[in-house]
Amino acid sequence: MNPETAKFMAIAFVMGVGTIAPAIAIAIIGSRSAEAMGRNPEAAPKIQTAMILALAFAEAIAIYGLVVSLILKFVE
Amino acid sequence: MHISLIAEKIFTIAGWPITNSLLTAMIVVGVLTVVSVVAWRRFTLVPNMLQSSFELLIEQFLDVMDSVLGDRHKSEKYLPIIVTIFLFVMFSNWFGLLPGVGPIGLMEHGVVGEHDRLVPIFRAPSADLNFTIGLAIISILSVNILGVLAIGFWKHMSKFFTLKNPIYTFVGLLEFVSEFVKIISFSFRLFGNVFAGEVLLTIVGFLVPYVVPLPFLFLEVFVGMIQAFIFAMLTLVFVAMATSEETAH
Repeated sequence: MNPETAKFMAIAFVMGVGTIAPAIAIAIIGSRSAEAMGRNPEAAPKIQTAMILALAFAEAIAIYGLVVSLILKFVE
Repeated sequence: MHISLIAEKIFTIAGWPITNSLLTAMIVVGVLTVVSVVAWRRFTLVPNMLQSSFELLIEQFLDVMDSVLGDRHKSEKYLPIIVTIFLFVMFSNWFGLLPGVGPIGLMEHGVVGEHDRLVPIFRAPSADLNFTIGLAIISILSVNILGVLAIGFWKHMSKFFTLKNPIYTFVGLLEFVSEFVKIISFSFRLFGNVFAGEVLLTIVGFLVPYVVPLPFLFLEVFVGMIQAFIFAMLTLVFVAMATSEETAH
């Protein structure tokens, strides 16, 4: 395996493995907040704010992976 | 297709390199300043269009801040920094989506053996890590300064360094380290989102130039607003934690 191939493998690996946990987290946040909004529609705006904040935290983990892979890709 | 991770230098003022991100950030600051001054000068009892939109924004933000701080007086006190961060980050992100930001640039003649390449004059400010780290440092510093002003220097410091109990000492040290981790997470979150958006738009634009990039552009408008809101909300939550005295112990 030459260095160029190893680099592309590393980029794909970072994105592939790094997005598993955020995907699970976002799924849990989405399903639970939909459930909460269904049970108590009056509280929907508050739940939405909390949901978006939590989504951003979960998404940030994937974004860190993305930054690492972008650095691997575009920095010579 | 050329994508640069770092902001490129376009000219120098007295030896200081001015990058394209810095120039764009300065333009955004200028536009925001002019609009605010105009809105403030024409302050009337019967609000016009501009004043109404500002009043709407401030009312909405005060309501959101009340739900976190639980006190209208405190909300009004900390409103300026939170709304400044929100407006600055949001308009910086949106400025980066305008047509002409990116394609317009100066041709730079490459060294022998390299292609000539375009150095854009404008670049989304948040797509430069220096901008986001600077903003994150300002945010965390002001959180700590507001904490010191609200509850006093020694009380604020005892959240980090205390010898009352070995467990609290350890927890305090963790809190101290987490102040620096907050800077990293703040800056990388904003940088990653905006830079990834730029790369995504470039790549989609190269694949299909017409119609198809539209939904992605809309997504980026939404992401720009949400990331600005999150930056402001997290600063608000940290301010709320720093300015309240610990009663649990």
